[in-house]
Amino acid sequence: MQNWGRGERMSKVRILVGTKKGAFILTADGKRKRWDVSGPYFGGWEIYHMKGSPVEPNRLYASQCSGWFGQVIQRSDDGGKTWEQPGSSLGEAEGTPPGEATTTPDGMPKGESNKFVYDTSPGGGKALTTHQWYDGTQHPWEFKRVWHLEPSLTDPDTVYAGVEDAALFRSTDGGQTWQELAGLRGHGTGPQWAPGAGGMCLHTILLDPRDPQRITTAISAAGAFRSDDGGKTWQPINRGLRSQYIPDPNAEVGYCVHSIAMHPSRPNVLFMQLHWDVMRSDDAGESWHEVSGNLPTDFGFPIEVHAHEPDTIYVVPIKSDSEYYPPDGKLRVYRSRSGGNEWEPLTRGLPQRDCYVNVLRDAMAVDSLDPCGVYFGTTGGQVYASVDAGDNWTPVVRDLPAVLSVEVQTLS
Amino acid sequence: MIRVVLPAHLRTLARIEGEVKLDVPAPVTQQTILNALEVRYPMLKGTIRDHTTQKRRPFVRFFACGQDLSNESPDSPLSESVASGRETFLIVGAIAGG
Repeated sequence: MQNWGRGERMSKVRILVGTKKGAFILTADGKRKRWDVSGPYFGGWEIYHMKGSPVEPNRLYASQCSGWFGQVIQRSDDGGKTWEQPGSSLGEAEGTPPGEATTTPDGMPKGESNKFVYDTSPGGGKALTTHQWYDGTQHPWEFKRVWHLEPSLTDPDTVYAGVEDAALFRSTDGGQTWQELAGLRGHGTGPQWAPGAGGMCLHTILLDPRDPQRITTAISAAGAFRSDDGGKTWQPINRGLRSQYIPDPNAEVGYCVHSIAMHPSRPNVLFMQLHWDVMRSDDAGESWHEVSGNLPTDFGFPIEVHAHEPDTIYVVPIKSDSEYYPPDGKLRVYRSRSGGNEWEPLTRGLPQRDCYVNVLRDAMAVDSLDPCGVYFGTTGGQVYASVDAGDNWTPVVRDLPAVLSVEVQTLS
Repeated sequence: MIRVVLPAHLRTLARIEGEVKLDVPAPVTQQTILNALEVRYPMLKGTIRDHTTQKRRPFVRFFACGQDLSNESPDSPLSESVASGRETFLIVGAIAGG
């Protein structure tokens, strides 16, 4: 007789793994013990991020890029078995009158799914063309890649893209064309934004399930920003953050935010892994306070919230911002069950000697089964899974290319 | 008929094998070849040259007849041997390791 836990029956978990050299999809049933590995997809390309639509889970979006051939957007409508570049195939153009939005006057697909053009039109503070460079001078905004894709909570054809150089784009046609939400760069502090060591990227996009007009983003090394009108206007939300490495440690912007997490049942509570410091806000980012508590180091990249316990959060402490590996060669996830300050190391099944990998900002995710599954990928190519909320860990795969991102879908 | 050879990654994107044969009206230049290529294979837009500026991406190179044409004007007419299809127009991902 099978011993099924709550939520395990008839469920399936799909892990979307982006790596430096392709994408991989790991699937298991609700017990999460035996995993099928498929891939590499897009072998040889960097896959910064993949994510599925919450309303149509087999609709996946992927950011594929290369130093040679630039940015490509891929979309799948069958859970990752097959992929296409939206708006690029002749089949998509069939039946579309020539000259329509996604076809040329000849009736050919426009092939613009990888066209990210900054909006420099005048008015509304949009005519922003430069930001701060490393030497303090102004530097032109230059598109480099898509770091993060965030599908809409309600419409499978709407998806947001966080890009480097930092900006937020939105597609409402399934990724065929993209328009910048230019009010973010243009709200006033844009010329003060400067790149961090990893570039000036918009890496976090949180959509509020209770308020479709509210979007929260984070940018390295500018800070966190929130819109309450669907992305038209924005405000910095960095009060309470401190950056000892900038001239004014309490400045309005200039913060190297690494990641922000939110529980959907409590969208006003945000947890942030800042460059140094783990922070918490109870008012949607209006103010922040530190909850690093007894962490062995408060530097790190990812932060995640348990699927069913809004005050249970996970981080992976990393020794410093120059060494980029776990303290003492021990890979430890830290869990707080009290919304921060009090942390416990989770070590069972994780290497506790000679481990010098890193876990990047988008490389941790949770499923929504009970008990909650927690997953993360490393720069050493391992993807670890815990099916008991972090108490025990097992490697799903050990030898992938360096993992850039991990997302998890719980499928019924 | 112009014969174009793409690097492996772009052949994968375009879902083709082997070289591409294109009808390109005279004058045959880098620009007119790339225009025709992108009409036939819209998924290659932005991968060889920038969407907006139309400039060649830094690590993409163009060769024909044993010569590196990457820094030639995109509007310069190409040799008769390329225009006639005797020689291939090569689009190459630069060897840029390190």
